[in-house]
Amino acid sequence: MKTCLVVDDSKVIRKVARHILETLEFTVSEAGDGQEALDSCRVSAPDVVLLDWNMPVMSGIEFLRALGQEEFETRPKVIFCTTENGIAHIRAAIDAGADEYVMKPFDRETLESKFQLVGVA
Amino acid sequence: MEISDGAVRILAGLLEARTGQQLAIGRRWRIDTALRPLIAKHDIPTLDDLVHRIVSGRSAALADEAIEALLNHETFFYRDLNAFRLLDEQGMGRLHAARAGTQRLRIWSAGCSTGQEAYTIAMMIADRPDRWRGWTIDILGTDLSPAAIERAKEGRYSQFEIQRGLPVTQMLRRFDQDGEHWQASSLLRQSVRFRVHNLLTAPPVGMFDVVLCRNVLLYFSPDVRTLVFSRIASAMQADAVLMLGAGETVMGQTDAFVSDFEARGLYRKRIDATAVAAFR
Repeated sequence: MKTCLVVDDSKVIRKVARHILETLEFTVSEAGDGQEALDSCRVSAPDVVLLDWNMPVMSGIEFLRALGQEEFETRPKVIFCTTENGIAHIRAAIDAGADEYVMKPFDRETLESKFQLVGVA
Repeated sequence: MEISDGAVRILAGLLEARTGQQLAIGRRWRIDTALRPLIAKHDIPTLDDLVHRIVSGRSAALADEAIEALLNHETFFYRDLNAFRLLDEQGMGRLHAARAGTQRLRIWSAGCSTGQEAYTIAMMIADRPDRWRGWTIDILGTDLSPAAIERAKEGRYSQFEIQRGLPVTQMLRRFDQDGEHWQASSLLRQSVRFRVHNLLTAPPVGMFDVVLCRNVLLYFSPDVRTLVFSRIASAMQADAVLMLGAGETVMGQTDAFVSDFEARGLYRKRIDATAVAAFR
């Protein structure tokens, strides 16, 4: 099974994402902020990270930049999943190394299509 | 909201007569969901009252609105990504070689709903400037819903719609943000034309090299499906490509098409023995 790390400071969002991901047959782990996510990736890199933007301790963008400094056998794909929907935010995420971008709200088909695009479906 | 069996039968009959689409018993819930806004808009007390008004013939427009509401407009960009990759690499690749002399290609997105499929094709072509430079490519999107066709022409999608299947890089490159919506760039809109067309009637004029008819035929009865397959076949060049929805097939549905032996998942017109002899 493919693995997905859901990074969001909202328990509700994590729960919703987990539910969808499990129907897509992902093994899911969770982190409440960027630092927690980075620590988790260092222990075991997932296939894909579903990443929120605004979080305490370490934001999504900071996590993405930090992830870029790490050495991985296979770098996890990163899909930003956020309410920040302006072009400037989206460009910043792509420039920082995000592979895809999902604007909230989203549904199962949207997430599934994004996973196909980054090659983890 | 309750609706009588008789009213369901009338609505199902009206839908099938106008569009060929069947309303399966298991999808009865859809009537309530689809028509509730309509009865609220016209201040009609119940769904049975709505059907009574339609049957009485007092308002032809009301019947049109009910049909429109019952149609399923579900679609998204690059729906079934691998199928589009197959079409791009195999189907379109082959046609590129076959039409090198004329450098002309005609593509029909039949039952295109709000246009995402037709725009997907246009983006696929735009992504291969080296392959298609100098070609004249006509992309036609048709749907029986005037409202869907108007939306397709506008090319304006909600945040929810725009990201369903569309790579973010394509969104940034080929769409303009307008508040909570995104509109296809004028260049992208100019590359596709849309018009209202009912698949139960004669196909659009001319012959096509690629036809996409995806997640449409499944709503038809077997007889109507066979009829529509033959109409589509009549509008396709001998070596043209047909793309159906994931999970759809021609097997057991029609003799007009066969699986494309060079690109499994796509379909080609069956060339019968007489036609083969004629080619020799």
